[in-house]
Formats: sequence, C-alpha cells, structure tokens
Amino acid sequence: MSTLQSAAEAPAAEPGSDMTAAVAPVSSERKPTDGLECVFQRPASMTDKPLHYCPGCTHGIIHRLVAEMVDEFGLLEKTVGVCPVGCSVFAYEYFEFDGIQASHGRAPAVATAVKRCDPSRFVFTYQGDGDLAAIGMAETIWAAARGENITIFFVNNGIYGMTGGQMAPTTLIGQKTTTSPTGRDPLTTGLPIGMCELLATLPGVAYIARVPMSSPKGVNTAKKYMRKAVRAQLEHKGFSMVELLSTCPVQWGLTPVQAMKHIDEDVLKVYPAKVFVDRVDAT
Amino acid sequence: MSITCVESCNAPATPGRECTAAPSAPADGVAVERRLVKGNEALSLGAVHGGCEAFFGYPITPQNEIPEILSGLLPKLGRVFIQAESEVASINMIYGAAAAGHRAMTSSSSPGISLMMEGLSYIAGARLPCLIMNVMRGGPGLGNIAPSQSDYFQACKGGGHGDYHSIVLAPWNVQECFTFPALGFDLADRYRMPAFILADAVLGSMLEPATIPKEFPPIRRIEKEWATCGRGKRSHKNVVNSLHLDPEVLSEHNELLQATYREARREIRYDMRQAEDAEVLLVAFGISARVALSTVNLLRREGRKVGLLRPITLYPFPDAPLTELAARVKSMLVFELNSGQMVEDVRLAVNGRCPVHFYGKMGGVIPAPDELADVVRRIHSGKAEEKP
Ligand SMILES: Cc1ncc(C[n+]2csc(CCOP(=O)(O)OP(=O)(O)O)c2C)c(N)n1
Ligand code: SF4
Repeated sequence: MSTLQSAAEAPAAEPGSDMTAAVAPVSSERKPTDGLECVFQRPASMTDKPLHYCPGCTHGIIHRLVAEMVDEFGLLEKTVGVCPVGCSVFAYEYFEFDGIQASHGRAPAVATAVKRCDPSRFVFTYQGDGDLAAIGMAETIWAAARGENITIFFVNNGIYGMTGGQMAPTTLIGQKTTTSPTGRDPLTTGLPIGMCELLATLPGVAYIARVPMSSPKGVNTAKKYMRKAVRAQLEHKGFSMVELLSTCPVQWGLTPVQAMKHIDEDVLKVYPAKVFVDRVDAT
Repeated sequence: MSITCVESCNAPATPGRECTAAPSAPADGVAVERRLVKGNEALSLGAVHGGCEAFFGYPITPQNEIPEILSGLLPKLGRVFIQAESEVASINMIYGAAAAGHRAMTSSSSPGISLMMEGLSYIAGARLPCLIMNVMRGGPGLGNIAPSQSDYFQACKGGGHGDYHSIVLAPWNVQECFTFPALGFDLADRYRMPAFILADAVLGSMLEPATIPKEFPPIRRIEKEWATCGRGKRSHKNVVNSLHLDPEVLSEHNELLQATYREARREIRYDMRQAEDAEVLLVAFGISARVALSTVNLLRREGRKVGLLRPITLYPFPDAPLTELAARVKSMLVFELNSGQMVEDVRLAVNGRCPVHFYGKMGGVIPAPDELADVVRRIHSGKAEEKP
C-alpha cells in the first residue's frame, strides 16, 4: 500500500483542492497510543481482511477511496454496494456495509432496483471495463439514460484481468493480450470505447469524470471526483460515474512502476482525464 | 390459508388424503366482486394483492396486458414499475430488489423467459425469493404467439445452469390466475427460492368470471434478516452472493439448496376429478387439464370409467398420488401441449406400475375434447400401445 500512503502525504492535487481530502477520517474507535497523533488509518467502512490484489494493482487503492467516501458522508448504515464479476469479485469482503454480488455486467440493473425500491439508500456499483463496457454495455447505458440515481465506480484497466488477460473493449490499439496476441487490430476488433465520452451524451447523467490512478495527484483528484459523484446521488441529481484508469501489471506484463508509467504515457492519450459532465452544482 | 378446490372436488385417491388444490377465493371478510376478468388482468391484480412491491419487465406477446396494467397500478400505490431495456435487465433488477428484501416479480413469455435464465440461476444460487410469470407461447425460437406448454422442462428442471429448482404453479382458470401470484410470493418467501406461474396464451387471453376483492391490501413487510437493504442498526453487514470458490463450501451450499427443495415437497398441490374408480387416468396441467376434464365428462356419459389428475405444483411434482393411483388404474394418459415433457415425471412416479400413454400437440394447436376422447377410447378398449 505504499502508493496509497504517499497519496496521503502528497500535497494538494490541484489548485483549490482540499489537502484533507486525501487523509482518511480518523475513526473514533481507534485511539492513538503513546501520545502520538494518528493521522492515517484504515477507514471504518473497510474490513481488516488482507486484499487479494496483485502488487501494483490499483483496485486496492480504489477500494480504499470508496470506503473513505462512505465514511466521510456517514453512509455506512445506508450503503448497498453492488460488486462485479472480475478481479474485484470479492469487493464485498473488504467493506463493512451491505453488498450484493451481481452477475457479469448486470450491476447497474441490480443497483437500479435496490435504489428504486428504497431511494433513501446510497447505492453504487464497482465495475471493471469488461463488466461495464462489454457484457454490461446495455445495462450501463440504460441506467444512465433513465438517469438512475446511482453511482458507478468504473475501474478501467484496459484488459480482462481475472480471466487471464484477454482483450477488453477498452484495450488500446496495438496492445497485446492473450486474445490479441499480435496486438489489437482495429480492422478486426474495432476501436477502443471511451465510456465517459459515450455516456456524456445522455441527458440523464449528472456527473461523469475520468481520472488516472497512476500518481498521488491522480488519487487525490479521484477522491475529489468521487466525492462529487456521491453528492450527485445524495442530492438526487441523477446518474454519476467516475472512471478510474487503473493498472494491471500482471496481465500487461509490466512491473508495477512501468504500469503506472504506461497509464501516464499511453493510456491517457486515448482516454483523456477530465470532468465530462457536471450538473451537480448547476441550479 | 384454507385449502379448497376451485370447483367441488371428487373423492381423493386414498382415503385420508386431502385434496390439495389451491385456495380459490379471497379470505373471509374481504369485500369482493364477481365479474368477468381476463387471465392476464387476473395475474396482474393477483400480483398486487399478493404484495408485489416492484415489477420489472419487457414487452412480449401474449402477456402485454400484465405490464400495461401494472404500469398504471403500481406507481399509484407508491410501488415500483420499470419497463426495462431487456429481459436480461429485468431479471437482474428482480435480483436487486429481492436481495434488498422486496417482493419483486416479472412477467414474460417463452423467448423472454429464456433470456432470464442466467439471472434466475443467480437468484436460486443466492437463495432469493421472487415471482416469475411465464405466459407460454409456441417455440422453439420465435415460434408463434399461440398457446403452448413447451417450457415445462425449462421451468421445472432448472432452466439456467447449476443444480437448482423453482416452485412452479400451473393455474387452469382465471380465478387461479388471481390467487396464484400471492401463493407464489408466499412459497418463494417461505423457502427462499424463485416461484414460477406457468400459464399459457389461452389462459392469459380468456375471459372468465372470477371473484376479486374490491380493494388492494396494504403492503405487509416481511422481515428478512438476510436482506441487503443497508445495515441500519444491524451489528453486521449482509451480503447476497452465489460465489463460493472452495469446493467444500459450495458443496455444502448446494446440499442446503437440495434440502430446501426436499422440504418444499410439503407444498405439493394437485386436483383430482372422478379418479376414485377410474380405469384410465388422464394427467394434464393448466389449459390442457380443462380440455381433459371435458373429455372425462364426455366419456363418463358413455359409461367409461375415466378420471383426471391435475398437478397444480409442477415442481414439487405430485408424484405420491400418481404412485398410489398407478396401482389401481389400468393405464394413464398424459396430455400436454408439447412433445412430452411432464410425461417424464409421471413415468418416474408410476415406475412401471401401469402403462403410461402420451398425447401431445405442438405449435399452438389445441385439440378439442372429441379428439382427445378418441385417444382415450382406444386406450380404454386396449387398442393403444404404450409408446416410450
Ligand atoms: C456470463 C459470464 N461470462 C464470462 C465470465 C468470465 N469472466 C469473469 S471476469 C471476466 C472479465 C472481467 O474483466 P473486467 O470487468 O475488465 O475486470 P478485471 O478482472 O479486469 O478487474 C470474464 C469474462 C463470467 N463470469 N460470466
Ligand atoms: S490481474 Fe490485474 S486487475 Fe486483477 S488483481 Fe492482478 S493486477 Fe489487478
């Protein structure tokens, strides 16, 4: 978790962004000892189960940010998290709030129903790019089109991690995967899909943003964006999604450090980081 | 609830065995009206009376009146109606609503139900109660919109992947279309498993007199301690899931599911007509049983000893009464609007104790009682060979 700790110690990400944003709220249950002040610890919404993710994978950091959101907004009692199929299939194991395991791609449909049946809940999905953009494309688009008051944390690592590194809808052109062994060829496999760009065209969306998880600055920005996405839901503004450009060093065949660099040097060119839609503060 | 027959029931097969047909009318003390009701309307109203809190569906003939009626009714009652983008989304919405502890349902017809099978398997794996109505039409593929019973296997034998079952109720008239949704929800909640109502295009579209309460009862929330509705004041989180990577753990989970299915055998329901002295027993469900009953009445007038057993729960299947009757009748004739699906369960119950014949029609063709009577006469006169 060294990346995460440096994230906490890092200076404010952007002008105007709040330095405390990267510091986890200190749970009142855990008291610092020996007169030391506790400035960083596990969010109360996170269990103490060791994460199963590969070294250098940012799934763990994103889990932490989700838990920090729930803590920060005081949502532990109200939250229902919908977990995907993919590497984060066990996400519910790491959270202290209620969790539902959805089948591959269907999390937005599951979340839609939970939220509609009880609008007082905070309902989010946590989905990979295979989950959200391939098999679950229809459910994703339709949840956004209906302006469902749910939040999606979209973890885009450009590959199918769990099943062994096959091509995803988001795989970059020329990228080698186990099912594009000579590199992704757009003539036969189409071009990478920008989900933020696609969903931003729909009037039902309240907030859409993309951010890389490759640096402390990115992590801080991610937290800022996620906070806005949560607010979109809490203020009944409609559908919100934050796309988090994530690593998969194992299936990319890179070291963790190279994987971070790959995001900055290659992935960001195809998937620019920005806020696409922000109707949260609109009057 | 009291268990009485729709119409006056004949003597049971074995002395002491109760007729286990489903309740035919609303409980005492509820203001009711008797009027002509269409099957699909009865299914819709029955769902609302049965406490349906959320409907998710996608249009398909011949059940479109159900979402049409519920799209007006449910929001008026402060409940949820969503016309989903597909059946795949519908069943996963049910999964979410059921996980959060709500009575959720869908209605569809054969091709739409096929699309729901993945979700249904997850629902079964996660032990979630819900209600699914299949107003069956002809298949396979796009088939046609005429009545059929060719989804018996799909409903009764799992349908999706993995070892699982759903409770399957088969109404044969509009009154049962009204009462079975509540029964389906109750059984689904009691056993934490999905429940089906297996109707067909005739039942959905026909008008019959039915007794319907004048007012909708309020929702009676059922406490589900496992529901993922947000922790609230609970000391622990709840998780709804069907993933168990450890083979020992999954095996244990599957054993639990199977034990539930054995327990659900308590709920076996069937209806018998003129079976006590029958020499040939007709076995049919749903709309086929209506044709079969007319055939029985026609042949009784000729002095032929013919009876009818109508399974009401297709799963769990009423095998015990069939086993008992097999020792007393000369033969059985299973009549279905398919190529022979329930007949397999009848043969298992009979286990060679008597010949079991089959007569089926596919593609939406419904034979008249005369046509079926000819088949029974041949069997009764010993002129028909039992075919495998
Ligand atoms: C219906 C269905 N099809 C295929 C699979 C196999 N499968 C499991 S995870 C996965 C890909 C997940 O990729 P992604 O969503 O990008 O998540 P990651 O593993 O990269 O975190 C696939 C295809 C499945 N579980 N269910
Ligand atoms: S396979 Fe890739 S996405 Fe999955 S845990 Fe490992 S690094 Fe992360």
